[in-house]
Amino acid sequence: MASLRYDGISGTMKPAQFDYAVPNTVEEAARLLAESNGDGKIIAGGQSLMPMINFRLVKPSILIDVNRIAGLNRIELVGKRVRIGATVRHHQTASDPLIAKHLPVVHDAMQHVAHVTVRNRGTFCGSVAHADPAAEMPMVTRFLDGTIIALSIRGERRIPAADFFVGSLVNSLEPDEMVLAVEIDVMPDEAGWGFEEFAKRHGDFALAAFAATLRMDNGRARDVRIGMMGVGEVPLRLPEIEEILEETELSQAVLQAVAEKLNDILTPNTDIHASADYRRHLSGVLAKRALRSAWVRAGGRKEATNG
Amino acid sequence: MVEKTITVGVNGMSYTRTVEPRMLLSDFLRQELTLTGTHVGCEHGVCGACTVLLDGRSVRSCLTLAVQVDGSEIETIEGQGEIDRLGRVQEAFRQHHGLQCGFCTPGFIMAVTDLLRHHPLESDEQIREALSGNICRCTGYENIVNAVRELARERGPLT
Repeated sequence: MASLRYDGISGTMKPAQFDYAVPNTVEEAARLLAESNGDGKIIAGGQSLMPMINFRLVKPSILIDVNRIAGLNRIELVGKRVRIGATVRHHQTASDPLIAKHLPVVHDAMQHVAHVTVRNRGTFCGSVAHADPAAEMPMVTRFLDGTIIALSIRGERRIPAADFFVGSLVNSLEPDEMVLAVEIDVMPDEAGWGFEEFAKRHGDFALAAFAATLRMDNGRARDVRIGMMGVGEVPLRLPEIEEILEETELSQAVLQAVAEKLNDILTPNTDIHASADYRRHLSGVLAKRALRSAWVRAGGRKEATNG
Repeated sequence: MVEKTITVGVNGMSYTRTVEPRMLLSDFLRQELTLTGTHVGCEHGVCGACTVLLDGRSVRSCLTLAVQVDGSEIETIEGQGEIDRLGRVQEAFRQHHGLQCGFCTPGFIMAVTDLLRHHPLESDEQIREALSGNICRCTGYENIVNAVRELARERGPLT
């Protein structure tokens, strides 16, 4: 009978071999990453990276663990921006008072993220770097036009979210760059917001999600921002929908126009979870709900949108 | 590849071992420490069977490397109780028949231990959401929810 003890045969290991380093400073982490010549990986929460390593889809030469670098686990207000450090975990972001006050749409989105056990480890910046088009963190970073702060031995680089998400699970980081933080402008105090997501099981990836922020000016919507996820190769900001809503008074007819436009412009995938048609339909339903919330929170009349 | 020597507290005992960096915490517990109560199901973070507590918070041990927990405290199912002296969470699962085959149970027990310490469990909906990271293929969850409801009631609201 085989012994229960690990017998030293490498075949009993899930991941391929790699070296492991635990730097104490971000400079050291950047140096290690540069020295790995593109084969190194940064690990923070590991909730997306470790499954890929277990499947040997990713075989890094070295894992650089940033969890013990002091100061990266903070959410701070820097001027008019909220800065989320590289090791801030989902449970922190979901319950942080600065986020709830200044980025309430992010607060709402975070309530849909994964399960308690994954939230205890997974990080905001790690999820942004992973660039899953059906994950909340890339979506809110994209539609609020956040900035990704990348670090390498060449220094810091500020990457607008619009330039960061280039494909499904593909970002625009150079091989020697790591995400140091994500910064997002605070929402105006008077802004209304709505976030609606549909997933088959709480915490699962979304079949579709819709987010809106706007403020009210003389009874009309202004500074409308619209984001979606789960319906494209990257997290989306949708100027076509923003145009419909900008400087209009929300009504049943406007909501219907939004749903129809979504149906025209979205090209979601059909997969095992849902058909493209179903995702398009869902997008319209979620859009109406989220826009009603945003409208009412910005001070609009609820009756205008009932029907 | 350079092996690392780590010291880890597990259920109040200190262990020092030299391991490959790629060794998962789940394999470390099972193979190095022969603590086989932590079960491995999917091994990619979906099923929750391998849930343990890391410095008091639940984590998936199959998505954590042993070298990452150097200097940390781990709690596993072995620390909950013994066959003739079950821990409180185990006892609630037994009373409510919150298990059948038992494969997922260690993960549930550890996840529930974290939930009882840190999370509001005031409605069945909250309980079901809180349990949604653990998969059970036998019970249909009803009796697990019943057990957790009783534990939450006993605990009272979080202060």
